Amino acid sequence: MSQVSTKEPLFHIVKREGVTFVRASLIRLAAILLALVVCAFVIMGMTGMNPLSVYAGIWSGAVGTARRTWVTLRDSAILLCIGFAVLPAFRMRFWNIGAEGQVLVGAMATAAVMIYGANLPSWLLYALCPIVGVAAGSLWGMIPAFFKAHWNTNETLFTLMLNYIAIQLVSFAIVYWESPKGSNNVGLINNQTKAGWLPSLGGNNYLLPILIVMVLMVLLYLYMNYSKQGYEIAVVGESENTAHYAGINVKRVIIRTMAISGGIGGLAGYLLASGVGHTISTGLAGGRGFTAIVVAWLGKLNPFAMVFVAFFLVFMEKGAGQIATQFNLNENASDIITGIILFFILGCEFFIHYHVELRKREKEAAKA
Amino acid sequence: MNIIIVFLQKAIAQGIAILYGANGEILTEKTGNLNLGVPGMMYMGGVAGLIGAFLYENSVAAPSPVVGMLIALVCALVCSGLGALLYSVLTISLRANQNVTGLALTTFGMGFGNFFGGSLSKLAGGVGQISTKVTASAFRAKIPFLSSLPVVGELFFSYGFLTYFAIIATIVLSWMIYRTRVGLNLRAVGENPGTADAAGINVPLYKYLSTCIGGMLAGLGGLYFVMEYTGGTWVNNGFGDRGWLAIALVIFARWRPLSAIWGSILFGGLYILYLYVPGLDRSMQEIFKALPYLVTIIVLVLTSLRKKREDQPPAGLGNAYFRESRG
Amino acid sequence: MQPNDVLIEMRGITKHFGSVVANENVNLTVRRGEILSVLGENGSGKTSLMNMLAGIYFPDAGHIYMNGREVVIRSPKDAFALGIGMIHQHFKLVDVLTAAENIILGLPGPLKLDMKKVTKEIRELADKYGFELDPDRKIYEMSVSQKQTVEIVKMLYRGANVLILDEPTAVLTPQETEKLFQVLRNMRAQGHSILIITHKLNEVLSLSDRVAVLRKGESIGTVDTKDATERSLTEMMVGKKVDLDIERPDPVDPIMKLKLTNVNAVDHEGRPVLSNVEFEAYTGEILGIAGIAGSGQKELLEAIAGLQPLTSGRIQYRNRKGHIKELTEMSAQEIREIGIRLAFVPEDRLGMGLVSSMGMTDNMMLRSYRHGHSFFSERRQPRELAETIMKELEVVTPSVEWPVGRMSGGNVQKVLVGREISSSPQVLMVAYPVRGLDINSSYTIYHLLNEQKKKGSAVICVGEDLDVLLALCDRILVLADGKISGIVDARTATKEDVGLLMTSHGYRGADKEAEA
Repeated sequence: MSQVSTKEPLFHIVKREGVTFVRASLIRLAAILLALVVCAFVIMGMTGMNPLSVYAGIWSGAVGTARRTWVTLRDSAILLCIGFAVLPAFRMRFWNIGAEGQVLVGAMATAAVMIYGANLPSWLLYALCPIVGVAAGSLWGMIPAFFKAHWNTNETLFTLMLNYIAIQLVSFAIVYWESPKGSNNVGLINNQTKAGWLPSLGGNNYLLPILIVMVLMVLLYLYMNYSKQGYEIAVVGESENTAHYAGINVKRVIIRTMAISGGIGGLAGYLLASGVGHTISTGLAGGRGFTAIVVAWLGKLNPFAMVFVAFFLVFMEKGAGQIATQFNLNENASDIITGIILFFILGCEFFIHYHVELRKREKEAAKA
Repeated sequence: MNIIIVFLQKAIAQGIAILYGANGEILTEKTGNLNLGVPGMMYMGGVAGLIGAFLYENSVAAPSPVVGMLIALVCALVCSGLGALLYSVLTISLRANQNVTGLALTTFGMGFGNFFGGSLSKLAGGVGQISTKVTASAFRAKIPFLSSLPVVGELFFSYGFLTYFAIIATIVLSWMIYRTRVGLNLRAVGENPGTADAAGINVPLYKYLSTCIGGMLAGLGGLYFVMEYTGGTWVNNGFGDRGWLAIALVIFARWRPLSAIWGSILFGGLYILYLYVPGLDRSMQEIFKALPYLVTIIVLVLTSLRKKREDQPPAGLGNAYFRESRG
Repeated sequence: MQPNDVLIEMRGITKHFGSVVANENVNLTVRRGEILSVLGENGSGKTSLMNMLAGIYFPDAGHIYMNGREVVIRSPKDAFALGIGMIHQHFKLVDVLTAAENIILGLPGPLKLDMKKVTKEIRELADKYGFELDPDRKIYEMSVSQKQTVEIVKMLYRGANVLILDEPTAVLTPQETEKLFQVLRNMRAQGHSILIITHKLNEVLSLSDRVAVLRKGESIGTVDTKDATERSLTEMMVGKKVDLDIERPDPVDPIMKLKLTNVNAVDHEGRPVLSNVEFEAYTGEILGIAGIAGSGQKELLEAIAGLQPLTSGRIQYRNRKGHIKELTEMSAQEIREIGIRLAFVPEDRLGMGLVSSMGMTDNMMLRSYRHGHSFFSERRQPRELAETIMKELEVVTPSVEWPVGRMSGGNVQKVLVGREISSSPQVLMVAYPVRGLDINSSYTIYHLLNEQKKKGSAVICVGEDLDVLLALCDRILVLADGKISGIVDARTATKEDVGLLMTSHGYRGADKEAEA
């Protein structure tokens, strides 16, 4: 028995109850500052810039000109929109990793309407694009939900796999629609007529998608927090047993909620196809389906908090991208920066929910 | 006949990278960690090996293939291992959400790979197309004599050492998981960490080790692709979605390494099937490329329908373990 | 071997979970070769104290000595090294592994597993103590008592010198219990020390050498069993003489409200959980349901509530006008929709009756969120109801928005019962309504049940404490192995009558499987 040490453990970890908002915010802020410092050093290492000019470069890259500011805002809105696509599912504790696919399917359906409906009256085309895009994303989202509801098929893995099936479907569509033939590229759809393109608002091409996402944010907030269906989602997410007890049809809620999640993904796809890219490509979502998961998670599934996360990530991404361009490096530098920031914010949550107690028995021994 | 041999060769060549990733992920998931960072770690392993070899080849006058190979291996293992370590610290010690952390690692790792891979020549002072032919030659060296045998030689002995190592590693892994004490403890950690803890198993240690070694295995997959498959060059996003296929393969193999061997060849075959099916136009080829994922979904659905206990994911998959949490 | 040798001493042990005090300055000694009962009501801190000995929890303050030397038990591994093994109420077994694999889990030894050798050793060990155990069987194929056997063999295989058992008999038949006790006595004869956590006095008296009593997380004292009686132990446990002076008004105009005919049900693995259950419940009475844990109490209530599908049989309800309504095939929601106010306080309060992360207001909505035709849910009334319950039942909580999961057990139960009776139910079903509650809260709950009875509800109350059931209820229905073994008049029946009925069928779990 001599192998048992009589020393106290060096520390043990205790769950923190009811952390104040201020304290949690301070911890998060500290994490972000640390991340910024580390990012600056990383960029310094790549480019030899001094840290201060790194920050200046990021600032100028993200909001240096009016156009850059608008692009940053619009891309934040799109990322936010995709974040909203996973939010209802996450509230239900349904791990929807498939936003990338839901966005792509929505975009593909929108593109199809734009291509085949180019000659429709423009009001009809305007109406049809979002409806079809949302419906397509919705259906795509309901597939894994159906299997989850009926046979408890693992949704994390299912939705993940569906992403790549969606990518291949889009690849298929691209070859089918490619123009010119053999280019493996759809090109700008209806470039002459701009049929089905999301209209500009007062000459500003960026404003309308942003407004749509802002309206969505308010609607989603109301839906999640004040509607009967939102309440059902929260109960199902907390405990299926309780849901049964309350007479909630769990299967229906799972499928309905994923229809909404997928539908919002489809809406993001519509915005990308009709409002941003005016085309369809496999890179249209560009991994944002995954980044959005992080946005939703770090925003604590609160639509308003998610705004800040999305904006911050896009801001850093655009800034780092700009620096990379300036130094003739490739644009993947921004992914590295995004990754570093995510690691810091993910890590800091621990210090909000737990605190580490160091050895403290010596004090008590003295008392006794 | 000939086309079948070529097809099988190509399928195996495609499958090996996936097999490495799948083995790494099986090991990781067996202790309850769902690491969606596998694609990222594969990129990291690949690019680190390439950078190591590249710097070595550019710094000596007459680089030796064996030294280059060793440097590449060490770099790949260290870099992907560090990626996995980062994931481990965040999810095991800091209890961050596994899915979110894994996805962040993939974002980071793919960015890391594409950035350094794509900028390598520029960072090194504009030497043009990256090539580490000397090192790659060591990875591509075939077995003498045996490889020149007809059919058998082509089919079984025409690959570089990483291919054979993949098979050996899988068999060792399987033996380790099912036939050793360590493997038993490992499975217990993934199934029920509370029970494993109560039985005196160091749960965090097992999780850390299996996740890091798993990450290194995945990194070898990336290195295999860069060195043996493409011959020591880098194309941005050239690795494609093979990392996700590796995760798909884990499901397909139902968390059994030995099933992953033939599964990887099947996946490799499905991945390139479109090239061998006559009469496909380009658009249909794209549909065929979705086959591995479709097959995986079918397997996933079937296992959930059958509800056989041994075929399910480890019961503790995705959950952080905290001993003092009550009730 | 000196029987009075002190083996383990726990001194000044304190453990808090957030604001909940599990143990406060607890002292306990364990001697070599004795069976020590750790006795206390539910929630008295018995299990957390033992968990600290087993390395599951780490004390906030206090010291543990073994053989006179201070030891620190940081992990179960440390506990094993000291020869301490604990068998938890929820078995710590890995379902997909075999018994043998579970038994050697975490043990040092050669890298390569030699299962043949292990199996042989386990068989020898089992034979020595008279266990029946198939080492190659997977845990998920086993019955509860077989799993317990695996747990005990696991500890013996590891050479545990001190064995802690947490409520080991809760899931056993009387025969299985007697077999277990015989094994424990054998172990004591060989010098093992055994700690048994329990709240069953008869077990304490028949098995143990000494009894340590805990109350509300504090140690009350340790006595030799030979000097103790049921009465003296009860007094130590509850702090004062049990004054079960529960009010019991006579039923007024009892009318048949609920009728079950030949009800059968199976669990998700197809094993029968209710067999030919037939009874009637009347307005203005409290019908008690007694039985060993897991005899079908939960399934019976859930069947009535529309949460447990029946394989056959009928459930009928009689409304105020005397019309009979068929509830047999109805879901919980459908029952609500035809206007039957059926309230149900389930056993699993936070896992079924309430949403632990939500506040009182949102939990009130669990029953009422559908009201009205609006897409949005009404929140004013639930909030008012929450505030009323908070005031009238004296729920201690910072606000009605405070997550109920962070409240104490008694307050949680008040919230749940308060919500369920707020609908003025025609049928009120409660499962273990006072489990984990202190005496005062318990009496509040008894009073609430009686009020409903007086208002003319048919009250059905599943309980575990026979004294309470006999004092509170009008009739007691006894379940054994999913069957009704008797319905007695609570005013005339004795504890022994009910106790005998509870075990009258005897066969459960393992034996049932063997028959099939």
